[in-house]
Amino acid sequence: MTLDVHIQITDRDGIRHDVQAPTDMALNLMEVVRLFELAPEGTIGVCGGMAMCASCQCYIHSDHQLTEKLEDEDAMLSEAFNVKPTSRLGCQIQINPELEGLQIELAPED
Amino acid sequence: MITTDILIIGAGPTGLFTVFEAGLLKLKCHLIDALPQPGGQCSEIYPKKPIYDIPAYPEILAGDLTDKLLEQSKQFEPGFTLGERAETIEKQSDGSFVVTTNKGTQHKATVVAIAGGLGSFEPRKPAIEHLQSFEDKGVAYIIKDPEVYRNKKVVIAGGGDSALDWAIFLSDVASEVSLIHRRNEFRGALDSVDKVQELKDKGLIKLITPAEVTAVFGETKLESIEVVKLGESAVRIQTDAFIPLFGLSPKLGPIADWGLEIEKNAIKVNNALDYQTNIPGVFAIGDVNTYPGKLKLILCGFHEATLMCQAAYKIINPGKRYVLKYTTVSGIDGFDGSRKEAPKAVVKSIE
Repeated sequence: MTLDVHIQITDRDGIRHDVQAPTDMALNLMEVVRLFELAPEGTIGVCGGMAMCASCQCYIHSDHQLTEKLEDEDAMLSEAFNVKPTSRLGCQIQINPELEGLQIELAPED
Repeated sequence: MITTDILIIGAGPTGLFTVFEAGLLKLKCHLIDALPQPGGQCSEIYPKKPIYDIPAYPEILAGDLTDKLLEQSKQFEPGFTLGERAETIEKQSDGSFVVTTNKGTQHKATVVAIAGGLGSFEPRKPAIEHLQSFEDKGVAYIIKDPEVYRNKKVVIAGGGDSALDWAIFLSDVASEVSLIHRRNEFRGALDSVDKVQELKDKGLIKLITPAEVTAVFGETKLESIEVVKLGESAVRIQTDAFIPLFGLSPKLGPIADWGLEIEKNAIKVNNALDYQTNIPGVFAIGDVNTYPGKLKLILCGFHEATLMCQAAYKIINPGKRYVLKYTTVSGIDGFDGSRKEAPKAVVKSIE
């Protein structure tokens, strides 16, 4: 049996959403935001999830151990706007059971 | 005034395939795209990435798909207005439409097919105070004519291919080129990175990393910028031009004001029939449209384009009947006089 993980997502209007993200669909965080329609279509995941745009940038608020940034993501974030030390690209974070309780906030649209 | 049968807005895969399907129906097409080259996202964002769900291609690079679509549509001689964004649409008394671009180019067509994907690609502008007031007065986000930088001092910001390529190109044109990037690492083609290294060593490009431009100054035009290098205090650099190259992001843009029904940043269409919008004669196909069950896939765009062309045929040839013809049976007659057809079977008796 696969379990859902609870993720708290603060959208671009500052509204908090508690969602249950399935762990058996090979989803990434950007796709979870789209699944629950927490950002308008066309404003998130523009490149489809290739770390080639920064439309899914988010700030990680909880202290979960996430997978290390790969070169692509690092390079993209170095060109993005509104980047903070906690910035990650949602499309590069795969949903797995260890993310239970994750808290994130969507970065503003640029 | 450019006149055509079907005016296609957006030269991505869906728009390019429309040219072919329209050509089979003897309809002529013209395409407008804000980008300087055809292919849309496939050529702008991910030309070197593979796509695995194009029927009959187990794997094809997005750039190669664009090339193949151009080759397939070539015989139907499409016209292109590239590097211009469709701005306004006006219905004429004869039922046709006139679409005007941001540069004033006018196009007249009986049918308009919006194949605009996620919208037109607009440069991403860094959040620097007063930056916008220096636009066209020293600040530019796209380099249209490199000659305007001849013997000028130029500062480029960015860490991708376009920043590298333009720094290399302008090092030969401008009197001084500085390249500013937030990190020491650049993400671009390896030979571009090597070339910048070589030009830096020769003193032809001034590399300032890791650093950021934090302010712009000038009276009537740009005169200097403020640069903060990581861990150091801000310095002012005199410059004639500042060119931030931080990539492009798609925006639906002026199309959103054409009176079309918009839902979720996409144009609502009648998917039961022909992908027509709420404005008769204006269609929306590919990623730009929405309807129940919509999937933003290239292959769905191809299907939508094909059905749309049938409806366009009826509008352009009122009252005329149409019978579907198979290309294998009928061959293809290009507008350029070319003809493609299946070889005739040889009939030979067996003794």
